[in-house]
Amino acid sequence: MKKILTTPISYDQIKDLRIGDTVYLTGMLATCRDSGHRRVVKEKILPENFEFKDGAIFHAGPIVGKDENGKQYMVSVGPTTSRRMESAEADFIEQTGLRLIIGKGGMLEKTTEACKKFGAIHCAFPGGCAVVAAQEVEELVGVEWMDLGMPEALWIMKVKEFGPLIVSIDTQGNNLFDNNKKIFQERFEKLL
Amino acid sequence: MEEALRQQFVKTVQDFTAMTGIYLPDDVEARLREMHQQEKIENAKTMYECMLTDLSLAKELHRPLCQDTGVIQYFVEVGTEFPYQAEIPEVLVEACRAATLQTPLRPNVVEPLAEHNTGDNTGYGAPYIEYELVPGSSDLRLRMYMAGGGCSLPGRSKVLMPLEGVEGIKKFVYQTILDWGANACPPLCVGIGLGTCAATSAMLSKKALLRPIGTHSTYPAVAKLEDEIRDGLNSLGIAPLGFGGSQTVLGVNIEAAAHHPATLGVGISTGCWATRRGDMIIHKDLSSEILSHRKSLEV
Ligand code: SF4
Repeated sequence: MKKILTTPISYDQIKDLRIGDTVYLTGMLATCRDSGHRRVVKEKILPENFEFKDGAIFHAGPIVGKDENGKQYMVSVGPTTSRRMESAEADFIEQTGLRLIIGKGGMLEKTTEACKKFGAIHCAFPGGCAVVAAQEVEELVGVEWMDLGMPEALWIMKVKEFGPLIVSIDTQGNNLFDNNKKIFQERFEKLL
Repeated sequence: MEEALRQQFVKTVQDFTAMTGIYLPDDVEARLREMHQQEKIENAKTMYECMLTDLSLAKELHRPLCQDTGVIQYFVEVGTEFPYQAEIPEVLVEACRAATLQTPLRPNVVEPLAEHNTGDNTGYGAPYIEYELVPGSSDLRLRMYMAGGGCSLPGRSKVLMPLEGVEGIKKFVYQTILDWGANACPPLCVGIGLGTCAATSAMLSKKALLRPIGTHSTYPAVAKLEDEIRDGLNSLGIAPLGFGGSQTVLGVNIEAAAHHPATLGVGISTGCWATRRGDMIIHKDLSSEILSHRKSLEV
């Protein structure tokens, strides 16, 4: 059976998830990447129409198009490298009460600690599968911070069974990509 | 050049550019399907399935298969008898802009240092264009590449001591992919350049990346090294997408040039599972042929 998280996400919904588990998200989701993190963490500015508390963000910079009626829609929206947001994510979680971070690849120690301490998880969406993701966006609800440009703006979406999301950091301080890195490193040492 | 002809020239390159963002080249798609078949680990298989679903959705909906349509790079071989040489630079810039706005592709290009997004993938030195002359030919051979962010990050170039030899080359490549490969959406295309200095090795690695998967260097020792590095990287099992599976690469290509005895330059350029490159010929009457996407355009 599909495990589905719905926003607002309570601690109970995520506390028993473990790295490697596959989940899906239904509810509200906003893209937020490099400049968006700077805005929230350094400039302490929050969006007007999106709630980070018990919410979810997506490390992604989409392609947004306009249909015949001039309404904007998601053309293609895959995840971007989460590691770039490492320096800001722990503060982001602490300051906002965010529960779910979706991105590409893993994140590092500081984020892992923050996930454990404040009850959040990081999930990886399969990188590059951007049309799959766009098809799981039910509605493009709005956009904020358009001054940052299309990839960096905060796009607010209503999503349905958005995924597959692979839990990469859980609430217990486990880190999937960290573990994998050790396995790859061992294989590498055998090669030399 | 007559205006109507000029517009036809722009449209040909524009359509080619858009196509490259929507369909994978035949060799990449075929190898991706093969890797899906070869994969034994269940979770890893699911990831390959997600990629293949993405490919068919992109075709069906006529949308860029990955949102990061990169910075557009054109590699042009200009026949000295091609009649519209003077128009080429402007036509490429216009085609890049039109493809970006009309497909749409993601406007990625930010001006140097200012970080201001130009909104249409053109700017100071963008799209990136490189020219080569082909004496006697009346054709224009146009290759293009979409350099995405994640997949460009592992790229590097280093000059080794000659005594480090083949082992040094392998170690540098394995270490680079180990450190950066998981985030570059593997399975990867790995292009390696062997030359004298950092710059020429880097250029050769890009040339290697532009060569189709499964082709080999014409220099036998280099061709053998391609297979060895491919097998070595595959034994790391980083693909798909860093989650871990049975392989790492779509392919490994090497371009080498005779080098200075005191240096051993190694360049690395990487492409992701969504390696988007196109290859076409435009004839002097502006009729054209697409070489890279014969299969995917059939459907
Ligand atoms: S690495 Fe490739 S597939 Fe992954 S997000 Fe970047 S361009 Fe897309």
